[in-house]
Amino acid sequence: MRVLRDGRGDMARRFVSPLITLFLSLLLALGAWRFFSWALWHAVWTLPPGSNTDLCRAALGHGACWAVIGEKFRFILFGFYPYAQQWRAALVILCFITLFALSLSQRFWRPSLALIWGSGLVVIAILMWGGVFGLAFVPEDQWGGLPITLLLATLGLAFAFPLAILVALARRAEGLPVIRWLAIAYVELIRGVPLISLLFMASVMLPLFLPNGWNIDKLLRAQLAFVLFAGAYLAEVVRAGLAALPRGQYEGAAALGLSYWQATRLIILPQALRHVIPMLVNTFIGFFKDTSLVLIIGIFDLMTTGRTATMEPAWQGFANEVYLLLAAIYFGFCFTMARISRRLEQRLSAPHHSIEEPA
Amino acid sequence: MPPFLCRPAASPGPARGVFVLVARAIIGCALALLSHGPAQAAGSGSPTLDAVRARGVLSCGVAGNAAGFSLPDSQGVMQGIDAEGCRAIAAAVLGDQRKVKFVPTTTENRFTALQSGEIDVLVRETTWTLGREASLGLEFGVINFYDGTGFMVKKSSGVTSAHDLDGATICVEPGTSTELAIADYFRVNNMKYTPVEIQDLQEIHNAFLSGRCDAYSTDSSALAGFRFTQGAHADDFLLLPELISKEPLGPMVRKGDDKWFDIVRWVSFAQITGEEYGVSSRNIENFTNTTNPDIRRLLGIEGNLGEALGLDNRWAFNILKQVGNTGEVWNRTMAPLGLPRGLNGLWNRGGLMFAPPLR
Amino acid sequence: MPRPPRARSLRWQPLLWQGLALAAVGLVITVFVHQARSNLAARHIATGFGFLDQAAPIPISETLLSYTPSVSSYGRAFVIGILNTLKVAIPGCVLATALGTAIGVARLSPIPLLSRLAAIYVEVLRDLPLLLQLLFWYGLFQNLPAPRQSFRPIAGVFLSNRGVLFPGLLWQPAFAWVLVAALAGLALAIVLARRTALSASRARRLAAFLPLPVLPAAALALFHPAFVIDWPVLRGFNFRGGFVISPEYAALATGLVLYTASYIAEIVRGGLVSIAQGQWEAGAALGLSRGAVLRLVVLPQALRLIIPPLTSQYLNLVKNSSLAVAIGYQDVVSIADTMLNQTGQAIEGIALIMAVYLTISLSISVMMNVYNARLARRAR
Repeated sequence: MRVLRDGRGDMARRFVSPLITLFLSLLLALGAWRFFSWALWHAVWTLPPGSNTDLCRAALGHGACWAVIGEKFRFILFGFYPYAQQWRAALVILCFITLFALSLSQRFWRPSLALIWGSGLVVIAILMWGGVFGLAFVPEDQWGGLPITLLLATLGLAFAFPLAILVALARRAEGLPVIRWLAIAYVELIRGVPLISLLFMASVMLPLFLPNGWNIDKLLRAQLAFVLFAGAYLAEVVRAGLAALPRGQYEGAAALGLSYWQATRLIILPQALRHVIPMLVNTFIGFFKDTSLVLIIGIFDLMTTGRTATMEPAWQGFANEVYLLLAAIYFGFCFTMARISRRLEQRLSAPHHSIEEPA
Repeated sequence: MPPFLCRPAASPGPARGVFVLVARAIIGCALALLSHGPAQAAGSGSPTLDAVRARGVLSCGVAGNAAGFSLPDSQGVMQGIDAEGCRAIAAAVLGDQRKVKFVPTTTENRFTALQSGEIDVLVRETTWTLGREASLGLEFGVINFYDGTGFMVKKSSGVTSAHDLDGATICVEPGTSTELAIADYFRVNNMKYTPVEIQDLQEIHNAFLSGRCDAYSTDSSALAGFRFTQGAHADDFLLLPELISKEPLGPMVRKGDDKWFDIVRWVSFAQITGEEYGVSSRNIENFTNTTNPDIRRLLGIEGNLGEALGLDNRWAFNILKQVGNTGEVWNRTMAPLGLPRGLNGLWNRGGLMFAPPLR
Repeated sequence: MPRPPRARSLRWQPLLWQGLALAAVGLVITVFVHQARSNLAARHIATGFGFLDQAAPIPISETLLSYTPSVSSYGRAFVIGILNTLKVAIPGCVLATALGTAIGVARLSPIPLLSRLAAIYVEVLRDLPLLLQLLFWYGLFQNLPAPRQSFRPIAGVFLSNRGVLFPGLLWQPAFAWVLVAALAGLALAIVLARRTALSASRARRLAAFLPLPVLPAAALALFHPAFVIDWPVLRGFNFRGGFVISPEYAALATGLVLYTASYIAEIVRGGLVSIAQGQWEAGAALGLSRGAVLRLVVLPQALRLIIPPLTSQYLNLVKNSSLAVAIGYQDVVSIADTMLNQTGQAIEGIALIMAVYLTISLSISVMMNVYNARLARRAR
């Protein structure tokens, strides 16, 4: 009986495998054919200057209209940022990419990285706001597009990180039950609800809690919601790192006569965090994608500018082309970071963690 | 520099340790935050006007995603009749139409934004209804656009009247007065319909174009604008003759600040009066020597109407010079969408735009 | 965590810190409550949940309970929203698990093209925001042909931009009793099966499953409901009758399932890979086929590693279903959102949303923990 089954398995492998391969190749070829015919051969690349979009409209359905990207890409990338100053926003994007690249390469993992980040953020602030060195002042409400997405994700992580460390330590503080329970309540509450509800809270509920006339900028409120959200997820990541440390490390630190805070700062955290760096990167990728949700509360991040770009009557109906651009940008960032994180994971040979994705 | 960052005041005399510095910083922060409370200092008697002047910029809530009303163009500049309304107020109050901070709001957070003082005025194609004025603590200044809920169908459907819509699927935007008007209309006429409620304008348009809905219902202006954008296909669509509700749209302000309320509404009246007397941004310089007393009062050459409002006497001159009269605004914003002037014309040309005399 | 040595001499310190933390939280809450109260009073916004009894002028297109806009209450609208969320979340979890497992297994397939494609699938779907994917799927479902030109793959099934329609059984009140009987039969069968699991008699073990068909059959015989099949018919604008899956629902479900499946695939792959190669070889040495080794040897072991991360994926799917608001599916967030917009009662609205999600999250966690505990016990 068993022998027979095995024989059948061999047969299956010999005949089914090429069949599946053939079927999948055909499917792929068909898909590629249809996509390239739309995206390349029948596409409208540019419109003659001063003309309306009828040429694109004629191609609607069987050919892409890449002219919409040519017309709108600066709005999509930079939003309301003053047109003549948009080179500054472009530099900010480059700054961010450089900072990411530096942080992800192991050579730069030393205290000076904090210094690099500090000065990088100062440069970014100067470029975005201006008002010094002869740069025109640009208030926050005129920021938009990719810099907003990057800011929300990066600052969200940067501010959430200290919060997360405190919460993670609090959650493991067995001698302090009240603080421990507060930490648990915070983490479980935030992780139990969708990000949208936190964003709604920041958008419509927070103003009710502030005295009349005090107002926090909408962007800052969204940032606050992000920090709260990220804090809870990061706290769990940090906690995993703390849990992975062998008990001997704590006892060793105690034997050296170090105080709790000294031990935590010098012995425990540096090791625990090193363990979870790949997880941190993955969590960051999650936040980066999740920033797109601010569309729902009307903040002009990359997703919102992309969608607004095709609302102008002349360009209505060419949303797919813009979605492709957005997809390419998001994919570019996330894929690169995911790749690097995987390499780090292998190199640090961290224990196999299930990576939890914020939602 | 965002207002939430407070620096400790420089300490005079010998420093008494970190504690003193920290205490000072905290007290300094508290004082700085308190001073952000509603400005009740001696001034015009209007807290909103004082706040706008102190800030040097008008914070104006708009939709940011509605063609003809407020939508950023390819260079990220807000365009539309609501955007021009904001600029006119800025020109009157601050003497410069560029001093506007546009705050994009959603249907959910628009009222909260005004109630909490995040914005000074809401110009977001919002319908004037008793319910809103009675329950929100907000009031409408004036009507800047007369509209009504209508239906658009595809000609190929054979529908010619709203009474043929029994059983139809209708696309609407949730949370709008359109939604309520349709519910009432179908209930009164004992007809059934399936709503498709989509938050996003772009998605609604796609849904209607693709045939997901039999009819698209919203303000008839928006419907006309939508049809116009279809270019050569415009004739495939039919605007049904029935208007099932009145939708007067206008700017909103907080209750209890009568002076600000007056300013918002007289800014609009000044533009109507300008059109009535043929004063436009192009020819306004020619009127400096006019003998017509009405125009002389309007332009602040004679009398002190502007001061009576708490503004500069050249308030209306600034509006008309920098933004233009109602007709000019219309020609820039709505006319390109193919909208007939209709009810939105001057009272002496068959419309409803009527300004009380500036005396 | 070991207590720092100094803390032993200063016993009051932990108490002080805890007292301070508690006081700080209390202070913040007090200030917020006070401020919110005065703001709400100033803005003439009502407080409390009294609005749930008021008539709700919210048109809702997909309802599992009967509902009339402007007549039914906000409370009812809200419950419909919760049901709509569950309607997408529960099948979503099941389908995502099935697809995710298939792709996870495909990634380990010896067929190079198949494993490569599975890898690309995982990579692409994980690295794009879910919102973007949902918008894409919604666009796709809308561009199906109009009702009159709809696809008809089988008689009575229509595929159009109004969704998928297929014939359904017309609901009779008596079906409720049959359903109850079926559930009771299931419960009884489980109890009996446990009791007889160790019994030597094969007949007794089989008899335990008897209530499963017998009870519903008895209910059918007792109430003998009429079986009327409801065929969808194109009349006027729309289809009448039949069972409908709307494009909004389809887009949301598709997006959620495909996205979550890409995560589940990685979890499944991780679980399978973690099982030592020796297990496969041992299975093969016993003469088992590859599929049989997977089913009988590897999966039972891998499941223990898979369950905890799978739980958090289920939770994510439920929470992600709140993106429905962007594509016009009226889930609990969408309805609560309209509700708080109409009444101005933002605090109550958001509190309700959070309560619903916390309850769902907690129930899933508890159920999966129980399952995991049982699995761990059995494996020992």
